[in-house]
Amino acid sequence: MSTPLLALANVTKAYAGVPALRGVDLSIGAGEIHALMGENGAGKSTLIKILAGVVRPDSAEIRIDGRLVTIDSPAESRRQGLRFIHQELGVVPTLSVAENILLGRPYPRRAGVLVDWAVLNRQARAALETLGIAHIDPREKMARLSLGDRMLVKISSAFLAESGRPARLYVLDEPTAALTRDESGRLFTVLRGIRASGNSVLYVSHRIDEVMVLCDRATVLRDGKPIDSGQLSGITHDDLVALMIGRKVGEAYPAPRAAPSNEIAYQRPGLVLHRGEIVGIAGLSGMGQTELLRTIFGDPRKAWAAGIAYVPKERRSEGLVTTRPIYQNITLPHLRTQSGVGTWLRPQRERAFAQSLGENVRLRAEGPGQLVQQLSGGNQQKVVFAKALGGQPKLLLLDEPTRGVDVGAKFDIYTLIRDMTAKGMAVLLVSSDLPELIGMADRIAVMRGGAIAATVPAAGLSEEALLNLCYGRAAAAA
Amino acid sequence: MSRFLRRYGTLLGFVLILVFFSLRLPGTFLTAQNWLNITQQLSMLLVVAAGMTVVMVMGDFDLSVGSMASLSGVVVAVLFAAGWPIWAAILAALLVGLAGGVINGAMVSLIGILPFVATLATLTIFSGAAFVVSGGKTISGRSIPEAFGAFARQGVDLGFVTLPNLSLVALAVLVFTWVLLEQTTFGRRLYAIGGNVEASYLSGVPVKSLKLAAFALTGLSAAGAGLLYASRVASANPTQGSGLMLNAIAAVFLGMTMSEQGEPRLLATVVGVLILGVLDNGLTQLSVDSYVRQILVGTIIVIAVSASSLSKTARR
Repeated sequence: MSTPLLALANVTKAYAGVPALRGVDLSIGAGEIHALMGENGAGKSTLIKILAGVVRPDSAEIRIDGRLVTIDSPAESRRQGLRFIHQELGVVPTLSVAENILLGRPYPRRAGVLVDWAVLNRQARAALETLGIAHIDPREKMARLSLGDRMLVKISSAFLAESGRPARLYVLDEPTAALTRDESGRLFTVLRGIRASGNSVLYVSHRIDEVMVLCDRATVLRDGKPIDSGQLSGITHDDLVALMIGRKVGEAYPAPRAAPSNEIAYQRPGLVLHRGEIVGIAGLSGMGQTELLRTIFGDPRKAWAAGIAYVPKERRSEGLVTTRPIYQNITLPHLRTQSGVGTWLRPQRERAFAQSLGENVRLRAEGPGQLVQQLSGGNQQKVVFAKALGGQPKLLLLDEPTRGVDVGAKFDIYTLIRDMTAKGMAVLLVSSDLPELIGMADRIAVMRGGAIAATVPAAGLSEEALLNLCYGRAAAAA
Repeated sequence: MSRFLRRYGTLLGFVLILVFFSLRLPGTFLTAQNWLNITQQLSMLLVVAAGMTVVMVMGDFDLSVGSMASLSGVVVAVLFAAGWPIWAAILAALLVGLAGGVINGAMVSLIGILPFVATLATLTIFSGAAFVVSGGKTISGRSIPEAFGAFARQGVDLGFVTLPNLSLVALAVLVFTWVLLEQTTFGRRLYAIGGNVEASYLSGVPVKSLKLAAFALTGLSAAGAGLLYASRVASANPTQGSGLMLNAIAAVFLGMTMSEQGEPRLLATVVGVLILGVLDNGLTQLSVDSYVRQILVGTIIVIAVSASSLSKTARR
C-alpha cells in the first residue's frame, strides 16, 4: 500500500484519569471513504476532536501524507487540510445562507471596506452547486430553512475552495441525521466525487446501512481501542453490529429480587407498566424517547404530587441547581412535606431527610450542606436520584440515568433501581446503552419515528436483535 | 488569597471607606446622630433595594421601581388633596404599586417578555401616569396633611437617642424581606429559579406564579418607598423617585460581589446600600462637588464588580 493520507499511531487521551482513548491506530488511504464506528462512549468524538485541534491528546503520532504533524489548534487543523462537518450545526440563523457559507472567511470587498454582496452570493451559489443544490437561495435567511437544508448549507461551506493548503480529508460526524433520503443521496455523490479526486473522507455514522453502501473501509472503536479495521467488502451488516457491541451482557447488572406483579401501575395506549416492573425504551437517538417521558410526566407539580418522579437526561441543565447545597436540591420537589407550618423552612429536618436519602443512594459527599457543583458526575447523578426517590414515587421515569457516570456509581444506581422495584415501584428506563436495557429491563419497547413500534421481552434478547429492531429491520435469528 | 478577596473584597473596601472618613471627619462622621441621619436618608433606597433583591434572586430585573415610587407619591398626594383620610390614601397608593408589580410579573411570566424590556416599558408608563395624575406639578403645602409630613420628622425616643420613623420602617421591611427570602419555601424556590429555572420547573416549582408574586412584591416595595419619600419632603412631584432604580440595582450588584455563588443576598444588599449612602454622606461633608461624587461612586462600583468577576474568571 502506498503512503496513507492520514496515519494515526498510539493516540491516547484520558479525562481526569478516565481513559477515553487507549492507543488508537488508524490509517486512511488517499481516495478512500473510511467509516469510524462504535457505540456511544467508545471514543469516536474524542478522536475527532483531537483531529480538529479542539482536544489535546496525551500522546499521539499523526502523519499526513507521510509528514509528522502536530495539531494544536483548529487553525492548524485547517492548515493541514482537514475539514470538519459536525453533528451540531454551527449556523447563525439570523444571517443569510451566503453569509453562513462564508462565515469565518474574509468576505469579498468593494473599495476595501464594503461587502461585495453580488460576489458573496455568487461564491455561495457555487459552493451549493458542488452539492448539486439549486433549490436554496443564497440570500435567504438561514432561519427560514428546514433542518435538512441547513445541514446541506453547512456541508457545502466545508467544500468551498479557499487559498492556502487544499483540503485533503473531510471528517463528517453523523451528517445524515437530519437529511432526507434524497439529500443524503446528493451528499454521497459529492463524497464519491471527493474520493475520485484522490482526497479522502472519514465518515462517522451509526447508520450501518449507509456505511455499507458508501464506505470502503471501517474502523470500529470499543472502549477507546480499535477492535478491528478492514475492508467492508465481504462483511455483513450483522458482523459489523457484533463487532461494535462485542461485550458480554448480564455481568454488570444486579439480578432482580422479585418478579413484577400483575397489578398495573401505569398505562397509556401502547404502553403498560406493572408494579415492580422495569420497561426499557430503546431506539436510535431522537426517536421521541425524551418526548414520551415528558408527556407521561406532564405538569411537574401534579406529577410529583401523584407519585411520578423524573430523572431528566441533562443532569446539569435539567436536574440540578448546582449553585445550591445537596439537601436543597433533594428537597426541592418535596418542600411541601419537608417544611414546617405554612411556608416556614425547617433546614434541620431537610438535612436529615437528605442525609438518609443520600445514604440510600450511596452518595459520597462531605455532608448535605455541600454544594452540588463540587461533586463528581456520578455523585451528582445520585443527588438527582435521591431527589426523585424522596417522595417514594410509584412510577420512576429515567432518561439516560447512567450517562457520564463511572462504573462504580453505575452499579450503585442499578442496585438502587432493583431495590425500588422490589418494593413495587414501576420504572420506565430510556437508554441508548443497549446492554443496560437488556441487563435491567423486564420488557423493552422500541421507538421509531416518535412512536413505540414494538415491545419485546428482554430475557434472551441479543443486542444484535435489539439493534436491528431499532433500525427497523426484521429481527435476525439470534 | 484570591478566594478571600473575592468573598470579602467589597466588605474590606467598605471598612476602608469608613476608616478614611473617620480620619478625615473627626468628631462628625462616627457619631450616632450622623449614622441615624444616614439610615434616614437611605430608608427609601433600602426599601427599594430589598424589593429589587427579591426579583434579582430569580435572575430578573425591575427597571420600573423609580417611576413607581414617583407614581405612588403623587397618587397619595392627589388623594390627600381630594380629601381622603390618610390611611385610605396610603392603602390606595400601595395597591397601585401592587398592581404595577402584577402587570410587570404578568408580562414576564405569563407572556414571556424579557424583564429588561417589560419593565423598561412600564418605567415609561408609570412615569407618564405620574405626570398625568399630578398634572405635571409638585403637590405640596396645605393639601398634604400635617400628620403625614410629621411622621418622617418624628421618631421613637429611647431617651438617649431618637430612632427616626423612616429608619424603623426600612428596618421592618428589611426584616420581613430577609425572613421571606431566607426562612420560607417561597424564598428557597426563588433561589432555585435563579440557579436553574429548567431544573426548578421540572422539580415542580410553580415558576410562573412565583415570578408574578416576586414582581408584585417589588412593585409594592417601590410604592412604599415613594410614600416614605413623600412623607419626608411633605410633597410629591412626578420625578422624585427617579434616582432610586439605578442605585438599587447598583446596591444589589455590590452585594452580589460578596456572595460566593454570585447570588443576591439581602444582608449583602444592605451593605451595598450602606456603601453608596456612606460615600454620599462622607463626600458631602467633605464638600466634594456632587458631579464629582457621581464619578467617584460609579468608579467604585466598577472596581468592586470587576475585582469579583476577575477573580471568578481566573478560576476557569
